[in-house]
Amino acid sequence: MSQLQRELSQHRFVVTTEIAPPKGVDLSAALAKARALQGITAVNVTDNQGGNMRLSPLVLAARLLEAGVEPILQLTCRDRNRLALQADLLGAAALGVENVLLLSGDHMRFGDHPQAKAVFDLDSVQLLQAVSHLNLGRDMADRKLQGVPSFFAGAAVSPGAEPFELMFQKYRKKVEGGARFFQTQAIFAEDKLRRFMDAARPLGIPVLLGVLLLKNAATARFLNANIPGVQVPPELVERLEQAADPLAAGVAIARQQVALAREICQGVHLMSLGQEELIPAMLT
Amino acid sequence: MIISQQKNREELLQNLEGKKRLFLVGCGACATACKSGGEEQVFQLQEWLASVGREVTGSVIIDEACHIMRAARDLRHHRDAVAEADALVVLACGAGVQSISSNTDKRVIAGLDSLFLGNIRRLGQYEEKCSLCGACILNETAGICPVTTCAKGLLNGPCGGMEEGHCEADREVECAWHSIYERLKKQGRQGVFARTVPPKNWGKLRKPGRLKLG
Repeated sequence: MSQLQRELSQHRFVVTTEIAPPKGVDLSAALAKARALQGITAVNVTDNQGGNMRLSPLVLAARLLEAGVEPILQLTCRDRNRLALQADLLGAAALGVENVLLLSGDHMRFGDHPQAKAVFDLDSVQLLQAVSHLNLGRDMADRKLQGVPSFFAGAAVSPGAEPFELMFQKYRKKVEGGARFFQTQAIFAEDKLRRFMDAARPLGIPVLLGVLLLKNAATARFLNANIPGVQVPPELVERLEQAADPLAAGVAIARQQVALAREICQGVHLMSLGQEELIPAMLT
Repeated sequence: MIISQQKNREELLQNLEGKKRLFLVGCGACATACKSGGEEQVFQLQEWLASVGREVTGSVIIDEACHIMRAARDLRHHRDAVAEADALVVLACGAGVQSISSNTDKRVIAGLDSLFLGNIRRLGQYEEKCSLCGACILNETAGICPVTTCAKGLLNGPCGGMEEGHCEADREVECAWHSIYERLKKQGRQGVFARTVPPKNWGKLRKPGRLKLG
């Protein structure tokens, strides 16, 4: 059982963060960054995030394990058909990776290879089902596996998306598909988060609140314009704008969100945008 | 209808290199409606070819250029003009081009790019609604195809990129799943939201497609 699964089952407040594989073959910076992390249960390894090509997350995840850092392997439907997804999953299990986060994946239109053919052979719900199936020792064609993986599968959710009911139907399908934990998209609207948690709580699946460090007002505006599903409310942009030390203000906002998560969620997923050294400050 | 548009003249000119005499083919169906390969466009092409020093030996608009036998018959009617030509320039979709190329040993130059199977909003405004995947789930999605109109072709609801009912890949476009949700709500039924849709059987998309009735 992974540390992440153990801590969540023990109802401990869990902290995850994420690290992107390099664009290239030199893993030293990514590994150094991961080793320096403190107070973290597991680290997401992103998969061609934003449709930008990088080294295979499977390789970095395996190297993190060797370095004593527990990974959460992200896998997107965007880049692989059902054969490739299952093949990579089996490969991950053979290397000792247990935590996976299954995503449909950002559209590649805004990434660095916009001319590539998008795959989306499966969607995230179907991929969750496929992983549940692998855990039972069968592939999607119902063929028996030699050696059975034991994945702890997670999924993503955007608690702020409207219409709420439409978003929540998908959330429910992911739970039924076998999601054992969720990490949320960054959400800054407390009322929307509370509404989501009120509806999600009866389903009993741990939710890690996505907390994104707003470095300054420009970052907030960039997120609003370019990152699907992320909305920084105007009053927060204003607060960052007025702050003498915007970064400190951003950390303070993150800290408030962590406090809110301690109240109503089961953990946080920190997105520090390259400022890993500020993670302890975000958690206190 | 198959939506097509003309290749730019520069690209066409490269393909015409070394070809002095040309026979022109248009299509009376889709390419006429798209104003990419109707009578008017064939005439304009002829004028342009003259301006770049080419000779046009003749031309024909085939009723439906994708009709292989009809294309054969129409080419036979213009046997002499075709024989005089170094190549045929075809203003029809890819299917039309291949009807022609299967009926002549001459070089066939495609003048159009075929874009998609399109619905007509009004003349000159076309939208892709169906991608001919071979396995409709339209009965569960209130007649809106997510395979085509969702940028990711998702089958179980919107992705996390939906914002206020708009698509992650193009904010101008309504999220297909939002449209499906709204229409099902109006109809008072759950439709596709009542179950998890299993992975799609892409095996039903026979490639190359063939259908023989009776």
